[in-house]
Amino acid sequence: MERYFQPEIECASRDEIVSIQNKKLRDQINHVWNNVPYYRSKMEEKGLSPDDIQTIDDLKKLPFLSKYDLRDSYPYGLLGVPLKDVVRIHSTSGTTGKRVVAFYTQHDIDLWEDCCARALVAAGATNEDVCQVAYGFGLFTGGAGLNGGSHKLGCMTIPISSGNTDRQIMFIQDLNATIICCTPSYAAYLGERMKELGLGPDDIPLKAGIFGAEAWSEEMRQDIQKTLGIKAFDIYGLTELSGPGVAFECSAQQGMHINEDHFIAEIIDPDTEEVLPDGTWGELVFSAIDKEAFPVIRYRTRDICRLTREKCSCGRTHVKMDKPRGRTDDMLIIRGVNVFPSQIETVLLNNGYGANYQIIVDRVNNTDTFEVRVELTPEMFTDDLGDITAKQKKLESGLQAMLGIKAKVTLVAPKSIVRSEGKAVRVIDNRKI
Amino acid sequence: MSIKQISVFLENKPGTLMEMTSLLAEKNVDLRALSLAETKDFGIARLITDDDAAAMDVLREGGFVAKLTSVLAFAVPDEPGGLLKLLQRIGEAKVNIEYMYSFLGGKEEDHAYMIFRVAHTAEAEERLRELGLIPITSETFE
Repeated sequence: MERYFQPEIECASRDEIVSIQNKKLRDQINHVWNNVPYYRSKMEEKGLSPDDIQTIDDLKKLPFLSKYDLRDSYPYGLLGVPLKDVVRIHSTSGTTGKRVVAFYTQHDIDLWEDCCARALVAAGATNEDVCQVAYGFGLFTGGAGLNGGSHKLGCMTIPISSGNTDRQIMFIQDLNATIICCTPSYAAYLGERMKELGLGPDDIPLKAGIFGAEAWSEEMRQDIQKTLGIKAFDIYGLTELSGPGVAFECSAQQGMHINEDHFIAEIIDPDTEEVLPDGTWGELVFSAIDKEAFPVIRYRTRDICRLTREKCSCGRTHVKMDKPRGRTDDMLIIRGVNVFPSQIETVLLNNGYGANYQIIVDRVNNTDTFEVRVELTPEMFTDDLGDITAKQKKLESGLQAMLGIKAKVTLVAPKSIVRSEGKAVRVIDNRKI
Repeated sequence: MSIKQISVFLENKPGTLMEMTSLLAEKNVDLRALSLAETKDFGIARLITDDDAAAMDVLREGGFVAKLTSVLAFAVPDEPGGLLKLLQRIGEAKVNIEYMYSFLGGKEEDHAYMIFRVAHTAEAEERLRELGLIPITSETFE
């Protein structure tokens, strides 16, 4: 039987959801108009006042908020409450520029943790479960979010953070952890380490995992499910909006329900900024309609995604988003062709390789060079040069079929590709353009 | 009796061979024979050592991919035409050689040793034995 953390909201009718959204949107616009000079001046520039925003259909009148706008308003430019009401901050890793610092009131934390608790219940967790939170703790939202959600649900929570893989396995076994939350690449690594230790899926009590904070493919899901003997669920979130739990997967394991009572999602054409209909791929835009300290309206996530409102077998009524296909800024343009790292991952997993790879792009004599470094597994290695060369060629033709351009595959020793125990470094772009 | 050779995957980058040999030196593994095969992207080192178990452990721990494979070794008189005679017999036995390499300095003086990688090692060995060609055992190297 399907369980819900907040059934009255998670299974509300479309009309109820829209009416909640309309009301919260009006309140939120009043909030930012009165308390955040940035939004007020942006609205005034467009000749808008709060009265112009009555329903979610009016959302499209409002200007977008970009990563650069957030950067320019660092640190306090979007703050919506006096600092004395802020109880915590989190921050992005800042890999693509200046960090974004997000502020939270107690109300904001509560709503965020509710979202994470919904995700845990959707993954099958109850208060009988033991939840090991192996996301990083600290400024990163992963650890704090799932930890809070797990508390709300009443699970015994192991705030182990990331890293120290052998200790992770020991705690899973000794404390009977049934749920694990971490990045998918770390889950895959955990599986590899278990194999090395001679442990199989039946040797650990885990039954489900919630994996997010980086892109992963359906093949990688199958892989993790098999090695860890669990059901693997995706979770989506952004520090700018709260953290993990903006959207989460349910038992259907097909798309993530967006918590529509807190977030309104739109899909736009990234070039024309025009709003696109459901079912169309485009850039995902979010408005947080229930946040006090760090109100974010029409934030362009840069994730390429689509929305679907088909009835879900789990009974939840909130709109679903697909796993993002890539990011507008993760997307590489190599020799004029759009390449998403997730496509490369799919080819590797289909050919029996692990998900550990690195893309190296450079420009020599005005032509892009494109190399994919792949770890050779001990099972793949034979004493036969021709055999290994054939494997290399097979990957190259698989990549060409998927991407439409030629890539050079280089096989490297296992574990030689740097893997942080958080996010994997997938792309090295040495082009100076 | 076939003997074991260790095949090691080598990335084509400076220092890889040095790294491999320093790992073996640390564990006091003595190399009796070494051969390298390479493409432009990667290579395979083939080693005959005096302690396969220690060598495999230290290589794997050091992040190398290594595998044990079976090869046949024969003593060859260290004189002109010595190898020719051996190859003629192998030809008579209709055994196909994938690759071979040599080393000196085994227990028998005046002899060189040839290592052969052949398809279907056990079957090939049987046919060679029928012709009176007896492969040497690993004791010769220890």
